[in-house]
Amino acid sequence: MTLSTMILKMCEGLGSTCAIFFLTLLFSLPLGMLFALLRMSKNKVVSSVMRFIISVLRGTPLMLQLLAVTYGPHYLINDLGVARNKLIPVVIAFAINYAAYFAEIYRGGIDSMPVGQYEAAGVLGYTKIQTFMRIILPQVVKRIMPSITNEVVTLVKDTSIAFCVSYEELFTIGKQIANSQTSFTPFLIAGIFYFVFNGLVDVVMGRIEKRMDYYQ
Amino acid sequence: MNVLEIKNVKKSFNDSQLHVLKDISLTVAQGEVVAIIGPSGSGKSTLLRCATLLTQMDSGDLLYSGDYAARNNDQGVSVYADKQQLKKIRSRFGLVFQNFNLFPHFSVLKNLTDAPIHVLGRSKEEAEKKAMSLLEKMGLADKADAYPCQLSGGQQQRVAIARALAMEPEILFFDEPTSALDPELTGEILKVIRQLAEEHMTMVIVTHEMSFARDVADRVIFMDGGVIVEQGDPKEVISNPKEERTRQFLSRFAQN
Ligand SMILES: Nc1ncnc2c1ncn2[C@@H]1O[C@H](COP(=O)(O)OP(=O)(O)OP(=O)(O)O)[C@@H](O)[C@H]1O
Ligand SMILES: [Mg+2]
Repeated sequence: MTLSTMILKMCEGLGSTCAIFFLTLLFSLPLGMLFALLRMSKNKVVSSVMRFIISVLRGTPLMLQLLAVTYGPHYLINDLGVARNKLIPVVIAFAINYAAYFAEIYRGGIDSMPVGQYEAAGVLGYTKIQTFMRIILPQVVKRIMPSITNEVVTLVKDTSIAFCVSYEELFTIGKQIANSQTSFTPFLIAGIFYFVFNGLVDVVMGRIEKRMDYYQ
Repeated sequence: MNVLEIKNVKKSFNDSQLHVLKDISLTVAQGEVVAIIGPSGSGKSTLLRCATLLTQMDSGDLLYSGDYAARNNDQGVSVYADKQQLKKIRSRFGLVFQNFNLFPHFSVLKNLTDAPIHVLGRSKEEAEKKAMSLLEKMGLADKADAYPCQLSGGQQQRVAIARALAMEPEILFFDEPTSALDPELTGEILKVIRQLAEEHMTMVIVTHEMSFARDVADRVIFMDGGVIVEQGDPKEVISNPKEERTRQFLSRFAQN
């Protein structure tokens, strides 16, 4: 197999990698906010349950969670087959896992807001929801952007974990070629792909951070 | 009619361990300027926070222009009005904080227009027209597009005053509006408040600026230990206090 056919084959996997990446962000960013709000709930039961869930999600390997989501239903209910399209369980596992990390970042950001912002908004007559959406959230987003960038960079690399359920993304295909050709080159190519992908992430996140640089 | 009426407010913190307000009553008439002075920890901020609904009173009545925000029930516990009523009442007062609390992510103009548009339901044009005229009055018309972080402390506080005025309150509270400012910047804030007093804006001002209180206020209240020790004509209270505690407090200012 020539180098160019190798690269071409692996490019096919890149699409699946991108699918995991973008779908995970799409679902985990808002889901993380829901987690954070439940975690900060005044209801002690709700907040303790959420805290426990978050600590389990952060305290166990993503690979294990991925295996559980993909094969767990099959073991629990024997009639249930394993999903034909692995993208669904992969995205579910990734989105929930990343939501836990984002939740803690959101919570830290919300906690760091000075109480004076809430008070100023309250005296002006904003409702609680308006205060959150118009005053607090935009400032929180700016504060947490560097931490979000970190997670996004990690996500790019973590997409490779999908190989453990043989979802045909970049790394899985690389591994297959490496096995069949007994060559290490596909791993090098994969490494370069992830590196370039993260270079793009850095550029995009840098742009977003810069756009919020107009104050403070 | 009295714009503000506070009757027998009591407030304690730490499970009733710390009694901060002990049965304070205060009425403010339309157009009146009231200055509140007193040592640190005497409960001045807590009183303003109760009046502006930032803190709940344990006991007592709170009325704006005769409408109840809270009133005592049979057990002598403050019960607050429903959401609708409180929303109406919130639109009647404004509060200027010691440390401004401007919204840093909004331009100066948006700081002044956002609440009128989204809380009062004003049109954008109307809100911006009003905001620009307020900024002009504050001498900040050229700063409309600036962000709060680009302004000096004195300018930020003037924006904060304009933001409160943009809601067209019937009464404006100030909690030590110059304490966070360098001495050379306090003058510009005092000038603005003085101008508002001349326009008969109803105001309650917590301040440590004794000469300012004497010149501008219609009435001075001296608070200590959660009670009103003495109140009356500013010249009387500040230059010729009756109570020993007031005299002691004021003598500290005379020395420096
Ligand atoms: N949220 C709170 N929890 C507990 N104690 C509080 C709280 N707010 C105020 N206190 C206490 O109440 C007392 C009165 O505080 P307050 O801020 O009203 O005083 P002040 O007269 O405004 O003083 P200063 O001149 O320093 O601003 C202080 O002893 C303060 O520690
Ligand atoms: Mg105070």
